[in-house]
Amino acid sequence: MTTEPAGLVVIGASLAGLRGAEALRQGGYDGPLTLVGAEAHRPYDRPPLSKHVLAGELRPDATRLPERTRLSARWHLGNAVVSLDRSARRLSLADGTALAYRKLLIATGAEARPWPAETGGGLAGIHTLRGRDDAASLRADLLAGPRRVLIVGGGLIGCEAASCLRDLGLPVTLVDSNSAPLARALGTWVGGVIAACLRESGAVFRPGTQVLRFEGDAAGRVARARLADGSIVEADLVIAALGATRATGWLRGAGLMADPGGLTCDAACRVLDMDGAPCPDIYAAGDVARWPSRLYGDRLVSVEHWGNAVEQAAHAARNMLAGPDDQRSYVHLPAYWSSQFGINIKAVGLTEGADAVAVVQGTRASRRFLAVYGRGGRSIAAVSFDQARWLPAYAEAIAAGAGFPPILDATDQPRIESAAPGFPSPRVAARSTEAVHG
Amino acid sequence: MANLMADAMPDAALFAAVTDPANRADPYPLYARLRQRPVWRQPDGSYVVSGHAAIRALIFDPRLSSEDLPPTRRPRTGNPLKDFILNPIKNRITASHRPLIFRDPPAHDRLRSLVMREFSIARVLALRDRIAREVDQLIEACRGRPEVCLVSDLSYPLPVTVICALLGVPEADEPRFQVWATQLATAVEPDAHHDAEGRRAIIDAFDAIAAYMRDLIREKRRRPADDMLSGLAAAGPDGRKQMSDFDLIATAVLLLVAGHETTVNLITNAMLTLLRHPEELDRLRADSERAPQVIEEVLRYDPPVHFRTRKALGSITIAGETIPKDAPVILLFAAGSRDPERFADPDRFDPDRPDIQHFGFGGGLHYCIGAPLARIEAEIALVALSRRLVAPRLLCDPPPYRPGASLRGPEQLAIGIGGIV
Ligand SMILES: Cc1cc2nc3c(=O)[nH]c(=O)nc-3n(C[C@H](O)[C@H](O)[C@H](O)COP(=O)(O)OP(=O)(O)OC[C@H]3O[C@@H](n4cnc5c(N)ncnc54)[C@H](O)[C@@H]3O)c2cc1C
Ligand code: HEM
Repeated sequence: MTTEPAGLVVIGASLAGLRGAEALRQGGYDGPLTLVGAEAHRPYDRPPLSKHVLAGELRPDATRLPERTRLSARWHLGNAVVSLDRSARRLSLADGTALAYRKLLIATGAEARPWPAETGGGLAGIHTLRGRDDAASLRADLLAGPRRVLIVGGGLIGCEAASCLRDLGLPVTLVDSNSAPLARALGTWVGGVIAACLRESGAVFRPGTQVLRFEGDAAGRVARARLADGSIVEADLVIAALGATRATGWLRGAGLMADPGGLTCDAACRVLDMDGAPCPDIYAAGDVARWPSRLYGDRLVSVEHWGNAVEQAAHAARNMLAGPDDQRSYVHLPAYWSSQFGINIKAVGLTEGADAVAVVQGTRASRRFLAVYGRGGRSIAAVSFDQARWLPAYAEAIAAGAGFPPILDATDQPRIESAAPGFPSPRVAARSTEAVHG
Repeated sequence: MANLMADAMPDAALFAAVTDPANRADPYPLYARLRQRPVWRQPDGSYVVSGHAAIRALIFDPRLSSEDLPPTRRPRTGNPLKDFILNPIKNRITASHRPLIFRDPPAHDRLRSLVMREFSIARVLALRDRIAREVDQLIEACRGRPEVCLVSDLSYPLPVTVICALLGVPEADEPRFQVWATQLATAVEPDAHHDAEGRRAIIDAFDAIAAYMRDLIREKRRRPADDMLSGLAAAGPDGRKQMSDFDLIATAVLLLVAGHETTVNLITNAMLTLLRHPEELDRLRADSERAPQVIEEVLRYDPPVHFRTRKALGSITIAGETIPKDAPVILLFAAGSRDPERFADPDRFDPDRPDIQHFGFGGGLHYCIGAPLARIEAEIALVALSRRLVAPRLLCDPPPYRPGASLRGPEQLAIGIGGIV
């Protein structure tokens, strides 16, 4: 049994967990503070894993996040929380430790969706890319000089990986069930630009099909993939970039609204119980959280991006320290960046449900442009390819609910080019081997 | 005195007062009043933007254009020949090959990235010794005099020498550049009025420098050296010219013009400010490591460039105002850098400020390309001046100013000295 006094406990020692803990201290909390993390590492940064780390420019262990405040916290690392008992206000950890808490911040993030075991998932040489250890083992396999790398899923991580591997001169095939990469994040119209980059880089892009299963050699190592179109791709290294599921499995039986799509919260970041009532002492932030977004008509959203983890963690921490009558709503315009094929992509807003897209500055052909997504005549999201300097102006227009397209009369706006965005239908997306971050 | 005049000014005419030479020595009280409305319509239909936050938002707003310059006070007649005679200078600068400071994306970005590539830190650092040698010679030339004029003795000649070295203009031709630079400097001031003779001189200077540059570019193509013009004139990886000859000339002239008076003013304003704050001059003399922070604070506190004009391509709502399509927008950088919402005690000169995020070099896509060079030049000059002038003191405060309200700086800065060490 524990002898530690009950204090504030942060579950998940990554970006949201660390920033949340720091905000608790900065907010004046000086009682006991505990961080529990399933990984053995101090908090580190994930975005470089699919960029500089994969490219060999940064060692996987050089990604540690700067700790900006003296936390004076107790750390339980390499030790996952396995269950939550709300009535006893107690957590059980994997090593058997029991931990009492006064309030909780849940920041367990998300996990890479693995390739299913039934269709070859157990073979050596099939990787996912979520954590530092994944990146290290993938790097080791890359250094062995694979004959061909097959990337399944043309989401942000799949495309970033393809870009890095082509820079390293490795033969790459990327399979995606949609007609263009980044289809779910940006639609096939914008994704088509990346399709062209992929091909130009020398990668083989196989759109509109799926990997059915992987087959191994005698040593149990992956050797080839069988595709839905009947073809076979010989590949001895696979990156399954299939998207992520929220790390909520450990909450089974805790009586909270949690499923692989997220842990539902109210606007103040308080976790909801099965009856939909907010728990006054349990908060969530980062990739794991699902919350009503005021900017998107109070629709429940979950955002798998760096900026949200940082902001939401600070917001949740602030509310944890505030009284019940002073719980502020979290209002956030989602944003992310990605770098691939020498292009710096930045996006704001949620493209979900977009019925139109327009290039409002630059041109797709030049690969320097700003595109805005519209829904029912309102601007809901924007993406920039190497035009990030203008993005804040569009973000402001989106947050203010501007019409579509916004900001006419801009520089570098020869003629506004509009189109159907080309998002995969939800049914296809569910089976899709393509995903956004994570 | 300036304060009294500023207070008596009716609000509506505030920006007209800024351009009035009578307020040149101390426009800051006017700026403080302008900031009561961070975006303020003036009677002539232009919008003056003086708040830090509003300026920041606007330099990243895609609706602001540097290309479509607002109409000058001289009306266009519709007859190109007449226009040219009435407003010859602007026509020279804004013809189809106008320099990148007067261009919008995508042309701006293409030209700028070529210049940026040539404006490498290595190339700037390589100029250090040359700058130091020049500064020493200029100071040495003052030996034996009880009084120096900082502007004519040092600030004015130095930047031309440095730009010539950067571009790769042979040292022997430098005196001609000094003359052209002086003539062109008056051309870029937005409100300058020139008599027929003045106009002729400016046109002649443009024509002369363009002809000179055309020859020099040819020479650099034939015998490339390790200088900026050779780099810009060289063929790209595809074997084709990276910049047309017109663009090359426009760029070279821009570098001369943009890097001249600005740097003159920076060195002069810095010294003026230090002489008004002798304790800071002492501290700099004792510790030359302080020079960078002194320079940053001068760029905030008394910058060389006070405002830049843009045009709104569409209507923009900001800070409670709606700037209509086609309105001239005046970004009053020098007022934003003294905004109390952004800087504590903004009217105090304090090189030890924890963050000095000024608009001295502008911001956004037209952010000054020459900033690293300007900083090094000013640093070398200030350190040398602080160490070598014995017992310097201002002989005339405020000093007389040149007419420009945007490129604002003293015409002379008389300093009494006890000698040179
Ligand atoms: C390869 C990669 C590249 C990315 N690139 C970008 C990018 O370019 N731009 C961008 O905006 N975003 C990017 N992201 C997304 C961004 O990294 C995430 O949004 C961010 O990491 C979310 O932080 P988090 O703390 O909420 O969750 P996570 O970082 O997922 O951290 C959750 C932590 O909780 C731990 N945990 C899980 N369950 C338990 C448990 N039961 N007990 C204890 N600990 C537990 C996990 O081990 C993990 O360490 C990228 C993500 C990846 C994987
Ligand atoms: C103290 C010295 C200097 C100051 C205060 C200064 C200030 C500025 C400012 C405010 C701008 C922005 C103009 C706008 O937004 O419209 C600018 C642009 C520019 N400056 Fe400077 N400058 C200085 C020195 C130099 C030098 C030494 C050079 C080159 C040799 C230079 C080259 C340029 C160029 C090329 C631009 C245009 C950039 C663009 O349009 O993208 N400047 N400068």
